Amino acid sequence: MTLKREEISDKLAAVGYVADRDIATALWLMEFLKRPLLLEGEAGVGKTEVAKALAAVHQAELIRLQCYEGLDHNAALYEWNYQRQLLAIKTREGVGENADAIEEHIFSEKYLLERPLLAAIRRAHPPVLLVDEVDRADEEFEAFLLELLSDFQVSIPELGTIKAISIPRVVLTSNGTRELSDALRRRCLYHYVDFPDVEREAKIILVRTPGIDTALALQIARMVAAVRKEDLRKVPGVAETLDWAATLAGLEVQDLRQEPEAVHETMICLLKTHEDRARLTRDVSERLLGKVA
Amino acid sequence: MVALAPANQGATIGEPARRRLAGFARTLRDNDFRIGLAESRDALQVLASPAALRPASLKPALRALFCATHSDWERFDEIFDAFWQGQGMRQRQIMSGSPAASRAPGRRLAQAHVPQDALGLPDRVERRRDDDGEISADGRGRRESASRVEALTTADLRHIVDPDEVAATHALAARLARAMRMRLIRREQVRRRGRRLDLRRTIHRNVSHGGTLLELAWRRRKIKPLRLVVLLDASGSMSLYTAFFVRFLHGVLDNFREAEAFIFHTRLAHVSPSLRDRDVTRAVDKLALMAQGIGGGTRIGESLATFNRWHAQRVINSRTAVMIVSDGYDTGEPERLGEEMRRLRRRCRKIIWLNPLIGWRDYSPQARGMQAALPYVDLFAPAHNLESLAALEPFLARI
Repeated sequence: MTLKREEISDKLAAVGYVADRDIATALWLMEFLKRPLLLEGEAGVGKTEVAKALAAVHQAELIRLQCYEGLDHNAALYEWNYQRQLLAIKTREGVGENADAIEEHIFSEKYLLERPLLAAIRRAHPPVLLVDEVDRADEEFEAFLLELLSDFQVSIPELGTIKAISIPRVVLTSNGTRELSDALRRRCLYHYVDFPDVEREAKIILVRTPGIDTALALQIARMVAAVRKEDLRKVPGVAETLDWAATLAGLEVQDLRQEPEAVHETMICLLKTHEDRARLTRDVSERLLGKVA
Repeated sequence: MVALAPANQGATIGEPARRRLAGFARTLRDNDFRIGLAESRDALQVLASPAALRPASLKPALRALFCATHSDWERFDEIFDAFWQGQGMRQRQIMSGSPAASRAPGRRLAQAHVPQDALGLPDRVERRRDDDGEISADGRGRRESASRVEALTTADLRHIVDPDEVAATHALAARLARAMRMRLIRREQVRRRGRRLDLRRTIHRNVSHGGTLLELAWRRRKIKPLRLVVLLDASGSMSLYTAFFVRFLHGVLDNFREAEAFIFHTRLAHVSPSLRDRDVTRAVDKLALMAQGIGGGTRIGESLATFNRWHAQRVINSRTAVMIVSDGYDTGEPERLGEEMRRLRRRCRKIIWLNPLIGWRDYSPQARGMQAALPYVDLFAPAHNLESLAALEPFLARI
């Protein structure tokens, strides 16, 4: 069942994801060529949201693997349920079963704990596999992932090779803390996710913050865009924008120009470090406000 | 989009369109895109698909397919438009301002001298894991490969002025850092290989269950990753060295997932985000800009005070090594520097002070600031040429 590109963008809109112009094409291409999609971009631009939206579009399960330094096969692929295995040994010993039979039994699927990667290839309905922040895992793990993504089968020494029942749709995200290997990059389609432009961000605010005024949403989006241009240590992401919009809506602010005090004070929603807070003084926030409103 | 017309007629693609597409792939390759046969084949498939009916969706589709990095992504539109709209532009279209083009000479020079195995491709880590036991021997071998460019590695960095040599040295510094990084990573891998059952503790713990092993005890990796914090002096007296260090640090910082960098002269600036820029040239430019504009000598003491007051709590833990790169010429009070060094020393694990002047003949740390700081420094080492930087590696591995 391959969806048309237009259908994908319609469905994205239907599930409440405000897509940028080209993401629908990338998602369509993923289906069409059966390749994984690599999303890069700064923290907070909404990379993970893309995978969630994709899962919603296909009404598929979202299986998420959060990568971190030192992530290994056990945590990503499978693990034996050692406690149950040991219990089984004890009980079967009591019955007097022979060692070979016990071994056969305890290394069966019953004692296998699925971890995200194994789960993703063993579902009847193809899920969406989100490999989040793949750049934080080791290079060793990256090589392993590459192998899995091309063969869609894994071998478990005690059990044999497990082939994929269905091929999952794979989305990888990276923040660029480490350079990914060329091999992995070439295996994937690539999409660079940028901060949304003012119009799109205003739309996102409107969709996600119930009851907010259109003009205010636009003002907030413009203000955030201006704040992002300042020299900050941690540039506010879309989630921060939404927090801020909700806060302002909660304070019943109608027009940012009328209430510079409230604007400045609620900016803690956007600025998450001491330095940034110190940098955006009252004067600066008023200057920005003057520019955008 | 006239050239695409043949593709519009159905699922089969005409020969002209096929040829145009091959031409486009070639143009991209000329611009340093990594495009293989698989991509070209998939592109043909896209061209035969309904997406090709609408130019507006063809461009993003080909972009998603052909791009692999952010810099590809940024250049793609320009190349695409030039190729498909500029009828029959067959010649090499190197886009202005392309980072690849500006870096090319340095890269080529370095590759000519350094054998391929020093490249440290990530996928090699896996395959070479078995060699891990012989790291020291291996390490020496690799360092030799870098030192083939003897003249450049031993020359004092401030004496290198010829633009070509500067470019080559920059490339070497980055390469050295990269090789060092690969070795440090492999050491780390050896150290933490495998998650193993601690049988003795397991049995001991389960005596109360009558010998049934219910609670398992695992051997844990005790060593937490090391964190590196670099404070780089960017004052006028250091200006001849700064660019090299920035390149070197850019590479080394990559190894330490938890690394922070600061630059100081009269005041302290946090520069980790800039250093994390994948594009070295751009990172260096950014830092050069930051280093400019604030004259009036170096205030190491004050900068350290700012660091201790605002940043130390966040970036320093007991597994942190602080690396200060400075010539020690402080225009502030030496007592202040001494005091701040003492505070810093109490917080962190090691302080490394790299001083380019040590490489000068007859140098002894006479500057008052340097005198005040020395008692708190664990390693006081030269950093005037690439060889001295390479010599740091065993120390970094041991911390």
